[in-house]
Amino acid sequence: MRISIEQRLVRPRWLALVVPVGSVVVAFLIAAVVLVATGHNPLSTYKQLFQAGFIQQGSLDQTLTVATPLAFTGLAAAAAFRMKLYNIGAEGQMYMGAIVGSGAGLFFGGGGGPSVFVIGAMVIGGCVGGIGWALVPGILRAFFKTNEILTSLLLNYVAGFILTYLIFESESFWRQTKGFNATVFPTGKSLPSSAIWPSLQLHVQGGITVPLGAFLALAAAFVLWALYKRTRFGFELQVMGDSERAARYAGVRMRRKILAVMAVSGAIAGIGGASQVGDFSHSLDGDPNGLQKVGYGYTGIIVAALGRYNPFAVVLIAFLLGGLENAGNTLQGPDFPAGLVGAVQGIILFSALGGELLARHRIRITRNSRPTTAIAAPAKEVAA
Amino acid sequence: MNNALVVVVIASGVAYGTPLLFAALGELLTERSGVLNLGVEGMMLVGAVMGFWGVERVHGNTAAILVAALVIAALAGAAMAAIHAFLVITLRANQIVSGLALTLFAGAVGLSSYLGNNLNLSDLPAKHSFGAFLPQSLQNMTIVGPIVFSQNILVYLSWALVVAIGLYLTRTRPGLNLRAVGESPAAADTMGINVTAYRYAHTIAGGALAGLGGATITLAITPQWVSGITEGSGWIAIALVIFAFWRPDLCLVGAYFFGSLQALAPELQARNISLGPTVLWTSALPYLMTVFVLVVVSSGTARRRLGAPSALGVAYVREEL
Repeated sequence: MRISIEQRLVRPRWLALVVPVGSVVVAFLIAAVVLVATGHNPLSTYKQLFQAGFIQQGSLDQTLTVATPLAFTGLAAAAAFRMKLYNIGAEGQMYMGAIVGSGAGLFFGGGGGPSVFVIGAMVIGGCVGGIGWALVPGILRAFFKTNEILTSLLLNYVAGFILTYLIFESESFWRQTKGFNATVFPTGKSLPSSAIWPSLQLHVQGGITVPLGAFLALAAAFVLWALYKRTRFGFELQVMGDSERAARYAGVRMRRKILAVMAVSGAIAGIGGASQVGDFSHSLDGDPNGLQKVGYGYTGIIVAALGRYNPFAVVLIAFLLGGLENAGNTLQGPDFPAGLVGAVQGIILFSALGGELLARHRIRITRNSRPTTAIAAPAKEVAA
Repeated sequence: MNNALVVVVIASGVAYGTPLLFAALGELLTERSGVLNLGVEGMMLVGAVMGFWGVERVHGNTAAILVAALVIAALAGAAMAAIHAFLVITLRANQIVSGLALTLFAGAVGLSSYLGNNLNLSDLPAKHSFGAFLPQSLQNMTIVGPIVFSQNILVYLSWALVVAIGLYLTRTRPGLNLRAVGESPAAADTMGINVTAYRYAHTIAGGALAGLGGATITLAITPQWVSGITEGSGWIAIALVIFAFWRPDLCLVGAYFFGSLQALAPELQARNISLGPTVLWTSALPYLMTVFVLVVVSSGTARRRLGAPSALGVAYVREEL
């Protein structure tokens, strides 16, 4: 008996639904094995996760606070990965967005301008911070052919040091230096009320706050889709992503495109950082065990890959993984060790990657490994 | 003399560089077979936590426990690499995404942290650890004492490994076959070399070495377990392989260079010397230097001299050429 894997010439439509669903089911089965091996009951664990993520009172409210940053970082990763630019620096770009965004909020909000203007300045500030940080690996890649995976990743650590430095190791503009609390534990300066982002209140499940960031993320998804699917720029990027050589012959200016893609990716991550400050924390969070410990930028890569870099799918996956992550935070304790949800997310991604094979290939099991059958098989499909 | 800044920094640079060296040698073997594994950080963390678990939970005499812990760490790293190998060699998944997935799955917010919490390993001092073991008279020698003779056995093991891998790649049949697989899998296949087997074996061996590198951190450098303890070492190790032009001897040089940079920050702080205007510079220095070195190596003439294995990152499928 022989198992061979052949490329599919035709992709049946049902695969588009069966493969992702099947991947998730397989992932939960594998995770169940891990849970049993480490002494947990998988069924009750999954039930608890689902309850805490989506069902119980107030869970959706909390899920949105995780899903919003994940949507931003997921879109940031998707924007770049699609073009085979592996920007894994969304984490650092988000920090820089938070720094510049909150700086703008403190600066303009302190002057007493109208709230719309202050919030606009924060969003732009977030973009600027994210773009600036993303352009470093972008420029290095475009002009020196330096591997962007490593440089963007290493710069995450540097951004983290800057963030901590601004609040803990210096008396910067962002740090609260007055008042009793400032002497006990270093914190960021609170944003003035005009710099706090508005939200939409839904009166279900005990009240759900939909942050402005969630709407901005949806808008970013739409813009990204339009940019890639409806413009000449997007078309050239697609060509570049599929075949660099073809793009070069067609006269696409590669360096500019690399910089543009990194800038788009960094801008989205940067707005995510500004949203962290404007929507949720209301002051710059420099604590190494705070924002930096969560790793939204890294989970965003899982979100993007699971959404197969489609902006709308990315937003949906961000919501689902956000629920999972929120459940992990809620339940965290001796019965529910930290890291469990991260491992489950990783397993989902692994099985989605494996599932890709089934979408692109078919597996054939033949009794005898006579060469004739192996050659004849694909020919039949061509005829069909 | 032995307390001079240069000597102390180089001596601890050798110690700090050892986990980088193990991981880089592992990644070198993996990449020489044509497989890119970006999961080094994750594999190191799982090796680090399982090695630490070994010294905490295995009973016996110290030497036996430490050996057992190293074996456990290597097996844990190998198991992680096997996932990547299966996905990219058999299932032909995108190597970059799969490697990132491995780091995310196993890394600081994933499996390694879960294992550490589930096995209650956080905030414990290690029961057993590696330390300097050579006679005091040797350790007290000028300059070479602290740099060469005050190291733990893992450092000497890594030296042996550099020599062994160097010989393996240039003087043995399997080593030459490995290079053929990495440069041109189709040609290797026609010669009757089992491409899949070579790739599996070296990806898994690479994982074992990454696991060993992780355990070096939790058993020798800072003998304890903290979630995310590698702090990006895995990524620096990947950068090191590029920096070293895929050669084991240059991996050693690079590892000690980056190790010294890592050792520099705490040593300067201890002596109240500030390198730049702020502490920020000192802590960010190893990461910024890695970026800088990558730029130098990847641009211009250096790139043309000795590059990556030609088939790096490309799945090999016999029928699809």
